[in-house]
Amino acid sequence: MIDLIAKKYLFFIFSGLIIIPGTIALILWGLKPAVDFTGGSLIEFQIKNASKEVLKEDIKKIAEEQNVEVGSISKTSNNGFLLRLKPIDKNQNQNLNNDLKKHYGEIEEIRFETVGPTVGQETTKNAIKSVIIASIVIILYIAWAFRQIPKPYSSVKFGIVAVIALIHDILVVVGLFSIFGHFFKVEVDSLFITALLTIMGFSVHDTIVVFDRIRENLKKIPGVPFPQVVNESILQTLARSLSTSLTVLFTLSALLLFGGETIRWFIITLLIGIISGTYSSIFNAAPLLVIWETKERKNK
Amino acid sequence: MKSKRKLLWFIIFLVLFSTIVDLPQNYRIKFDIGSMKIDRVINAPSINIDLGRIKIKNDLKTHLGLDLSGGTHLVLEADMKNISSSDKEKAFDSAKNIVERRINLFGLTEPIVQKTKVGNSFRIIVEIPGISDVSSAIDLIGKTAQLAFYEEASQTANLATPSSVLELWSKKTDLTGSNLKRAEVTFDSKTGKPEVALEFDKVGAKLFEDITTQNVGKTVAIFLDDQLLSAPRVNEPIVGGKAVIQGNFSMDEAKRLSVSLNAGALPVPLKILEQRNIGATLGRESIDRSLIAGVIGLCIVGLFMLVNYGLLGLVADVALVIYTLMVFAMFKLIPVTLTLAGIAGFILSIGMAVDANILIFERMKEEIRWGKDYIHALSLGFDRAFPSIRDSNISSLITCGILYWFGTGIVRGFAITLAVGIVVSLFSAITITRSLLKLIYR
Repeated sequence: MIDLIAKKYLFFIFSGLIIIPGTIALILWGLKPAVDFTGGSLIEFQIKNASKEVLKEDIKKIAEEQNVEVGSISKTSNNGFLLRLKPIDKNQNQNLNNDLKKHYGEIEEIRFETVGPTVGQETTKNAIKSVIIASIVIILYIAWAFRQIPKPYSSVKFGIVAVIALIHDILVVVGLFSIFGHFFKVEVDSLFITALLTIMGFSVHDTIVVFDRIRENLKKIPGVPFPQVVNESILQTLARSLSTSLTVLFTLSALLLFGGETIRWFIITLLIGIISGTYSSIFNAAPLLVIWETKERKNK
Repeated sequence: MKSKRKLLWFIIFLVLFSTIVDLPQNYRIKFDIGSMKIDRVINAPSINIDLGRIKIKNDLKTHLGLDLSGGTHLVLEADMKNISSSDKEKAFDSAKNIVERRINLFGLTEPIVQKTKVGNSFRIIVEIPGISDVSSAIDLIGKTAQLAFYEEASQTANLATPSSVLELWSKKTDLTGSNLKRAEVTFDSKTGKPEVALEFDKVGAKLFEDITTQNVGKTVAIFLDDQLLSAPRVNEPIVGGKAVIQGNFSMDEAKRLSVSLNAGALPVPLKILEQRNIGATLGRESIDRSLIAGVIGLCIVGLFMLVNYGLLGLVADVALVIYTLMVFAMFKLIPVTLTLAGIAGFILSIGMAVDANILIFERMKEEIRWGKDYIHALSLGFDRAFPSIRDSNISSLITCGILYWFGTGIVRGFAITLAVGIVVSLFSAITITRSLLKLIYR
């Protein structure tokens, strides 16, 4: 039989290879927040009949003539443009539209969003609050759901380890997005927070399936050393873990390929998180439980 | 095995029911089969049940969020600086009321106006679906409400043409909303009927005394934003600045009138905190694309199950289709507003829906490896996989709950769709697959 537990440090190192650069990036550069968090305005429009090529610099000039401070301009499609601006009001938006029409003929405004800075701060606060509360509730729930595991094993430990695996997954995603943000200008918006919270749910879901098998085997085969029980439990649930992750990855890939521009990064966030969630529940959570348990035995 | 048969009938009923609910609105089917020509419009029925107290009304429409239908989302902040803390709730109610009233003036379709309090900030969220040009509506929404009192014009006014109310009461008085301190619903001490009590400030009391003295026996009209609110008859001069408007009000009517009056008495300037306009094309494109993605995702997952688990997989696929039908029916019945993130959540839940089946089938494979016969392994698979399915899904539901609790807008929509998906998936993966399998292996 394959002994996964013996290779546990290898798995930890692999996780570290992703998490450590990510965390460093997070400390150095942070995340690139979208207007949802910073406050600001976003205008996306399409020029109907462009006679000549439209240059981003020209659009910038037009906007600046209206005293609108431009953060960035990106091309979204053929003759479609996305402008990120300091917050502007409805009238400024109207004036800008009129000016653009003067230069380029008929344009269609696809979206206009403006968010005040206070709203942004609240979103951030709420996001952090929900991650913390979700973690606490999950520890409590697992401690309760696994209360019947045989002594001397404690269900609270199971809960805490599940949350450590969860934090692992969040760090992987947030760290990678800090790197993406720095190099590819990827912004995090409220959809990112949604994805993050879904990943939390999924991560714990996976971990519980593995833990459930450990619980069952502890009852069924008393006397077997703990590391061996855990190893066996991982192997027994491996097929399921892979199959489930695969089905989710299939649906997500379909969304990524056919699902449209607006949710692309949302889907990528979920993809990364779900791969990390499956990995961490098998290769981090269960081995961590072994380390904790055996350390405690030795100390006694 | 009567109960099993009952369960099967129940499942068949659910499938039929969900399919009927899922029918699209105004969908035209037109095709020819040889000489047969089929051309008809399909409509989902609407539910309208009235059981005395319980009224159920649901027109079974798919509710699309603004990111899918296109439209305008506004967050307004009410400036409560000049309102005393005891009157804040009243002023807030009135501010919401006035926003609603103004949007309705523009005849915009199905606007949603909600109140929300974030810390010390009183906010009104407005959602206006559709592509209509909302900029003039937004201009009006931001204005402060104008309450005015008018006296009857001289006898010449023609009572037969009520269409021109301003002709009837053409004499504007100096009394305005700023002279009104507050309005509230009180009850007549004799009859117990609801009435609306007005309280004026010092200047207002004097003005009101003059007006009522001059108009005994006549009516005085109260207008909000040039719309007639009420035209009570003056019975006697009112001194002291306190008046009541009596009428055959129901409790609701009295409440509505007092809220409208307060909009003038306790005016709160509204500031736009957040605005999002989403063009309709972007939304339509998103729906089409998500639909394609959903169908493709569903097919791949179905194929995967078939290849991996054979006949069992086929049964799981049937359950998965039923699952999809049921979830959509639930979205229409609850109703859940579908957003882009919500649709993604739903498609994600397709992947998760088969998880329970995978857990059960993998367990069965194990039981067979450990020497159990097929039929025995089947029921053991369900029984022994159940604790892990239960515990893992409860934890996912907990996260959904927290998302809903702390989230706003899109995050909430996502949480609801995911939660509906999880609950229905448990039913489809466990109850439906089990009944179907029992039907096959009797």
